[in-house]
Amino acid sequence: MPAFSCRAALGAATICALSATSALAQQPAAAAKIDPADTAWMIVATALVLMMTIPGLALFYAGMVRKKNVLATMAQSLAAVALISVLWIAFGYSLAFVGDGPWIGTLERAFLAGVTMESVNPAAKTIPEVLFALYQMTFAIITVALVAGSVADRMRFSAYLLFSAGWFVVVYVPLAHWVWGGGFLGTAGLLDFAGGTVVHLSAGIGGLVAALVLGRRQGYGSDNLAPYDLSLAVIGTGLLWVGWFGFNGGSAFAAGSRAVFAITATHLAASAGALTWAAFEWATRRKPSVLGMISGAVAGLGTITPASGYVAPWHGLVIGVIAGAICFWACTSLKQRLKYDDSLDVFGVHGVGGLTGTMLAGVFATAAIGGTAGWIESNPQQLLIQLYGVAVTLAWSGVATFLLLKLVNLFAPLRTTPQQEMEGLDITQHGEALQ
Amino acid sequence: MKLIVAIIKPFKLDEVRQALTDIGVHGMTVTEVKGYGRQKGHTEIYRGAEYVVNFLPKLRIEVAVDSAMADKVIEAITSHARTGQIGDGKVFVTPIESALRIRTGETDSDAL
Repeated sequence: MPAFSCRAALGAATICALSATSALAQQPAAAAKIDPADTAWMIVATALVLMMTIPGLALFYAGMVRKKNVLATMAQSLAAVALISVLWIAFGYSLAFVGDGPWIGTLERAFLAGVTMESVNPAAKTIPEVLFALYQMTFAIITVALVAGSVADRMRFSAYLLFSAGWFVVVYVPLAHWVWGGGFLGTAGLLDFAGGTVVHLSAGIGGLVAALVLGRRQGYGSDNLAPYDLSLAVIGTGLLWVGWFGFNGGSAFAAGSRAVFAITATHLAASAGALTWAAFEWATRRKPSVLGMISGAVAGLGTITPASGYVAPWHGLVIGVIAGAICFWACTSLKQRLKYDDSLDVFGVHGVGGLTGTMLAGVFATAAIGGTAGWIESNPQQLLIQLYGVAVTLAWSGVATFLLLKLVNLFAPLRTTPQQEMEGLDITQHGEALQ
Repeated sequence: MKLIVAIIKPFKLDEVRQALTDIGVHGMTVTEVKGYGRQKGHTEIYRGAEYVVNFLPKLRIEVAVDSAMADKVIEAITSHARTGQIGDGKVFVTPIESALRIRTGETDSDAL
């Protein structure tokens, strides 16, 4: 999202207030700033991003775990949708995007209180406020759902629900406010178009901490933990890839060139990422794997996310190549050397990708496209601001995740018992099994 | 009566089935199994995690015939399931104590 000026926000708010109360509110020429094209696009974008979680992420993740845990893994995505949707409308949206304190918003829009058909949020003045809230909700949902990937195959469902609710409140909502809702990171000039810090880096580091706290799966490093059905993961990747058009394109909050540039950079990054990861595997393993191609694509997508609205479309190719290379390294070399069991590579792909992309946004930012110049336009100082955003996200998400896990553990043990883990989460957590 | 159990490579099923039909065997049971003998498994790699897979997919065919037919059946299966490569499989013959057709109640040779 582009940073907005306080004056413009005040102006928009005044106009909205006037138009809501004015008898002339029905006249199209008067003051209703809601644009039908922008609104139509954003409705579609909202649907696309929701699709990224269900069934996109559900399939992507579930295809990679063992048969006995497939349904439970999908349940985590389903539960994220249901739980976070309610919490978002209840207070999440309000705290993140209403009010302009540097640290947190207000509760004036709890349960969307006071919204009218004409109200808009200053961050997206040409679409209905409720639509803006709904769109942002889909981001909150997928961020929470992403974290679970690190602790696949071994987290107790009850603990997962408590942890997800808590993580949403303590990590996601504040970060969203700080970067996008008028908080201190946005006002400092941090460039994060669609969630390099708020979504990917925070989920990545949260996942890594969770993986370290919960510990490795039984049989990690010795047993066969091969994926149940990678074709599910491929289908999930397709839904994520297409959905990302809404994730990055929709972050323009308008139907226009900005959205198109973002989508194009996004698509190119995914393509370049897939090819790069495949190339590395071909070189090091003699065969390019399907898992590698989809991982490379997702790495490219996650990495371009913060930069997508600030860079030229062709920059997406460069960023995608870097993403494929660095995430390949993180998921193979780094993980093997440090021996942590980040089961579905949330840190390796989203964490490392989000961090890299946030920094690359500072490299490739092009003033004519996104209003801010990066290193290539002789503004290396932007890199420091990006680093600031990365550092805050790492520290906040990392520490808060750790403390939250310890707290949740007092109420519900985080990990399933060894017996439950052996039998499988589907049957022990949900009483169901794939036939 | 004999129960002939053959473990064969999966892609050989149609050939073996056709050969058995040609010699007058009109029923069989097929199960998908995993196994290994002298054929080594393979290594699968998922994002850098290597798993050695010892078991290979095979098919288990079971045919129940009169003892007089047994040799012909073994020869039909063996000649059509063979590729000459390691992992072609094995054939086992065990005696059947009794047999029964569920629909009609026929027993022994009438049930085969």
